[in-house]
Amino acid sequence: MTMGASRDGYGAALLKLASDPTVVVVEADLGKSTKSQNFRKVYPERTISLGISEQNMMLVSAGLATSGYKPFASTFAIFTERGFEQVRNGIARPNIPVHICGSHGGIHTGTDGSSAQSIEDLAIYRTLPNMLVIHPSDDISTEMLTIQLADMNSPSYTRTARNKTPRIYDADSASRLEIGKGVTLREGNDVAIIACGVMVSKSLDAAAELAKEGVEATVIDMHTIKPLDGELISNLASRCGAFVTVEDHSIIGGLGGAVAEHLSSNCPAPLERIGVKDHFGQSGGGDELLEKFGMGINHIIEASKVAIQRK
Amino acid sequence: MSVDSDGRQIHSIEELEATAMLCRRGIVTMVHRANAGHPGGSLSAIDMLVALYKTRLNVDPSNPKDPERDRFIMSKGHASPAVYTILNEMGFISSADLETYRVLGGVCQGHVDMKWTPGVDFSAGSLGMGLSFGLGTALAARMDGSSRTSYVMLGDGELQEGQIWEAAMAAVHHEVNNLNVFVDRNRIQNDDFMDKQLRLFDVAAKWEGFGWAVRECDGHNMSELLSALEWMDSITDRPAVLIAHTIKGKGVSFMEDNPAFHGAAPNDEQLAQAMEELQ
Ligand SMILES: Cc1ncc(C[n+]2csc(CCOP(=O)(O)OP(=O)(O)O)c2C)c(N)n1
Repeated sequence: MTMGASRDGYGAALLKLASDPTVVVVEADLGKSTKSQNFRKVYPERTISLGISEQNMMLVSAGLATSGYKPFASTFAIFTERGFEQVRNGIARPNIPVHICGSHGGIHTGTDGSSAQSIEDLAIYRTLPNMLVIHPSDDISTEMLTIQLADMNSPSYTRTARNKTPRIYDADSASRLEIGKGVTLREGNDVAIIACGVMVSKSLDAAAELAKEGVEATVIDMHTIKPLDGELISNLASRCGAFVTVEDHSIIGGLGGAVAEHLSSNCPAPLERIGVKDHFGQSGGGDELLEKFGMGINHIIEASKVAIQRK
Repeated sequence: MSVDSDGRQIHSIEELEATAMLCRRGIVTMVHRANAGHPGGSLSAIDMLVALYKTRLNVDPSNPKDPERDRFIMSKGHASPAVYTILNEMGFISSADLETYRVLGGVCQGHVDMKWTPGVDFSAGSLGMGLSFGLGTALAARMDGSSRTSYVMLGDGELQEGQIWEAAMAAVHHEVNNLNVFVDRNRIQNDDFMDKQLRLFDVAAKWEGFGWAVRECDGHNMSELLSALEWMDSITDRPAVLIAHTIKGKGVSFMEDNPAFHGAAPNDEQLAQAMEELQ
């Protein structure tokens, strides 16, 4: 099984985007970690280093964007939040196409501990009008989706992950990726497992285990959290009639929240949410923490069974 | 060991240097064991922490939450190994606790955390926040009519955060005289040397411009550090900042002045070499 970290896909995408001379990279002293340094090494003249100043980074990017440039600004997911009000009032409100990438999202980030583990980024950025929110599952899809961002005329937030997880896509399957369209990775009629980020591969593993017990699950990579692919969810409501959402994020307001909102307004169906249950993280290994917080493969299997029983 | 007229223990320079050496060994060992962490900024800061904890800070390991304790706020919370080793030397945490650095359920979290570690006054990890917090504890002490003092340590990279200067302005406006700051001026941040990332130019002039009492010293020279602490005591009309010129990774040749060891662990061979050097 090949492994990849979505942050590496971000670094690769920036290099591919570089042929567009208006693409610029903006950094806040975490380029080594977010992988924007890949771009800086080759295009130092188009890389703007601002030191450790996330609030500043947001509005410098907005100024660049209204002057004909396409800024890609990155830091850790958690530290983008330092500039949240700047993003809200300075980027989203005037609808300026700044592309923000928050790496090291989620508790899977690991031993740095709770201060570095953003479990609320998807939720808060999702509340902003005009904002696109994506959270790809591997390096290949991150690269493809980041490249698509360059053509968008509105701001975006992309969450990437620190650690390598099993690759979901190859060049061929990635070529069909489209922002705003969930990807059906496995089909089954008993339950729909909707996942994002590092939890997609865990969900596929859970579905394989469920199949051994005769339970057939659909698995969706919902890489775009906003705008949510409501049509796909409505179809799954009629087809499967039970849902599990799986995310390395708080169960409040993120993918689970978004799916719950769609279901309750359009096609009520039982939903179990796997994620961080309203507490902060702590130091530990990524997979160790997922197990401890009830987000492992077995927890997805159990949640699927509960969702089916509730039909 | 004897005591001075304020009842403080008097430590010889040699004793303090020996403690700092033990802490340095502890720092490198912890980061190696965890195979992650931040050795560079811990090794640059440790001499200041030893001088402060051993000769100044009024804290009691048997009563770590004493409301009348002095406060130490490690704003650059990634330098947690430095804090953990001095807390171990002071008796707040055990040597076994040091082995839990970055381990699931461990007392020693990746970044200093007041919920997990006795003796830690501030949950850090997000840079730029500690000076505001220290201003809060200093204002509270004044309102209480208490003589307790707040000490804050900042990274020089951390000075790039705007919030630092918001707090610096407010501290002078409010005329706090019980707030003392150490700037660990090691000239390196996460990605690279600060001069390549975002220059600070004249740091002392910046603080002076905000109205602080400013002094500079060699942050690895114990006697200079002790006189700087005396100097902090002597400033009674303003907050005081010590700009301590340091070497990131100090004490381990291959880590010294090397941005690669901001946030990387030594391998087994490097650990052995570091232990050879740290004698
Ligand atoms: C708000 C925020 N942004 C980014 C980071 C990531 N980060 C951790 S350490 C560091 C560099 C810190 O440099 P400095 O303050 O000089 O510390 P030192 O060199 O003493 O380790 C960065 C950017 C952070 N912890 N907090």
